[in-house]
Amino acid sequence: MASPNSVSQPPSIPTGLSVEQLLDLYYYMRLTRSLEERLAALYRQTKVVGGLFRSLGQEADAVGSAYALDQDKGDILSPLIRNLGSMLVRGATPVEVLRQYMAKAESPTHGRDLNIHYGTPEQGFIGQISHLGDMVPVMGGIALSFKMRGEDRVALVYVGDGAMSTGTFHEGINFAAVQRLPLVVIAENNGYAFSTPTAKQSAVKHLADKAAAYGIPGVRADGNDVLAVYEVTRRAVDRARSGEGVTLIELETYRRKGHAEHDDQSYQPTEEIARWEADDPIDRYVRQLTSSGWSTPAALADIDRRIADELAAAVALVEPEAMPEAGTALAGVCLDPPEAEREWYDRG
Amino acid sequence: MPEVTYLAAIRQGMWEEMERDENVFILGEDVGAYGGAFKVTDGFLERFGGQRVIDTPISEAAIVGAAAGAAHMGFRPIAEMQFIDFISCAYDMLTNYVATARYRAGLPTPMVVRGPSGGYVRGGPFHSQNPEAAFLHTPGLKIVCPATARDAKGLIKAAVRDEDPVLYFEHKYLYRRIKEDLPADEEILTPIGKARLAREGSDLTIVTWSAMVFKALETAEQLEAEDGLSVEVLDLRTLLPMDDEAIMASVRKTNRVLIAHEDTRTGGVAGEITARINNDAFEFLDAPVKRVAAHDVPLPYAPSLEDFVLPQTEDLLAAARWLAAY
Repeated sequence: MASPNSVSQPPSIPTGLSVEQLLDLYYYMRLTRSLEERLAALYRQTKVVGGLFRSLGQEADAVGSAYALDQDKGDILSPLIRNLGSMLVRGATPVEVLRQYMAKAESPTHGRDLNIHYGTPEQGFIGQISHLGDMVPVMGGIALSFKMRGEDRVALVYVGDGAMSTGTFHEGINFAAVQRLPLVVIAENNGYAFSTPTAKQSAVKHLADKAAAYGIPGVRADGNDVLAVYEVTRRAVDRARSGEGVTLIELETYRRKGHAEHDDQSYQPTEEIARWEADDPIDRYVRQLTSSGWSTPAALADIDRRIADELAAAVALVEPEAMPEAGTALAGVCLDPPEAEREWYDRG
Repeated sequence: MPEVTYLAAIRQGMWEEMERDENVFILGEDVGAYGGAFKVTDGFLERFGGQRVIDTPISEAAIVGAAAGAAHMGFRPIAEMQFIDFISCAYDMLTNYVATARYRAGLPTPMVVRGPSGGYVRGGPFHSQNPEAAFLHTPGLKIVCPATARDAKGLIKAAVRDEDPVLYFEHKYLYRRIKEDLPADEEILTPIGKARLAREGSDLTIVTWSAMVFKALETAEQLEAEDGLSVEVLDLRTLLPMDDEAIMASVRKTNRVLIAHEDTRTGGVAGEITARINNDAFEFLDAPVKRVAAHDVPLPYAPSLEDFVLPQTEDLLAAARWLAAY
């Protein structure tokens, strides 16, 4: 399908992507940021029930890496809390995300879990749990299932500079490496795990250096350069798909907001934040798109308007929706009939 | 009918399920070439191949996590803990990830985590544990603890076929001590969540499970011979979900209950059973619910110490006589 934004394709796009795909990347990054800005406004109006986690400044790493997966082949990823963009690329919708944050009955988890903790293999992404590192062995198991069935599929899991300190990260990546599973592990080095700087998590110079301990390649890329992120991930995905096993990718980026919306990030030097703001991944990509002749400010403004309309409609739809009925809390712990569970709890 | 040990019954159950369903596979430490520390999976690698009998690194969290991921994709993994004591290394993965997956995210996770549990084998603090109480508190898990060879087979098969995660605690003391005639041509499936009346009686009930069933039966025989008491023994077989109906039926019949378990007393499963009896059948009780359990210490190694700490038949006898006289 021809994109309304299509222009004649210049010969020098470094990644082999079409102009339409380049604009896709822009769309998902902008959608991520705009959706989070909407959520921030809703948060201030106390309409977000729990915490709000922003990925401001990390949109390129989320979107570029997820875009390297193949939707048609059935690749599956597991995001971290700053990978809203990755989920949107795989087909998550603003309506789903708004419902999750606002604890609506119709949310993907029916109000049982919060924020972007949701997803199924069929959707192409599996929701994380809060225990960092746990998704590495789980995604190893997904990759194991691909290998056992001889399927042409790849799994991708995100960890952060903090999650890499966990035992489950180590156990999971080691197991996957030993089994040569089709798994890509993305380490987002955004400088901080809550308030703790990366230097207090790991003594290695680069997080990618840890790959040596697992006998797998470790590569680094500029996490604020969406095309560089796409390229480095694409190579790792191809490598996994061809049976060569696990790759650890470190994406260097920066968390420009606090851990969550409540966090005043007083521990982050203002000049450090300002320095990274000057390297904003979306601004940078806009300059790249327009200066290379791949797009125009007017075409990008059209996309921005489309996103604004989409979000306005989503908020209007979701805001008045109801939260789940209290009684629904008891069903579905196991597959057994809800009546049995009801009886179980009623007895006291 | 061929005589089958408790251990062989577990083997048979897994073997049959792997023959029946290609989605069943085994992963764990030393399960392949070595055939498992206790040889429960001996011969499986040769029959089913390295794709379905996977030797893993010493990584219990990865074993359970990978099993969960594969289970999401339609496989039915059987994860072995070399000794069930090591399941604590996967506690986070089981309680936070596996047990919540269906409820929070609608992710089916049909998998079994099994391993040798229990004492009376001079295994010391880290090769003798009974971890059921640590997981009883986790909605989303099922827990089975077979006592007989028939149930060892029937419950492993039922666990593999269950749509939810099942912890299967096999008692290593029973591995080669228990032998039963099991028909080779019958499909043995023990329903999860159903207790077994191991001995009928009318004067008091001993509620128990796993290896303690045999001490309860000894107690019952001795009480009948020496005291003329008719003792009922209820083998729970499944701890989660618990068969309240069977427990209450026995309480209503005998009006006196002794709960016996091998795990330590404080926070042990007996406390939960007592609360349920109080709630559901208090007016049928003629005496307080009594429990016999291990002393609240890590399980020591020396025979003199282990025998003192773990419940013995004499302890059950004394408690049962106290109850009968109350």
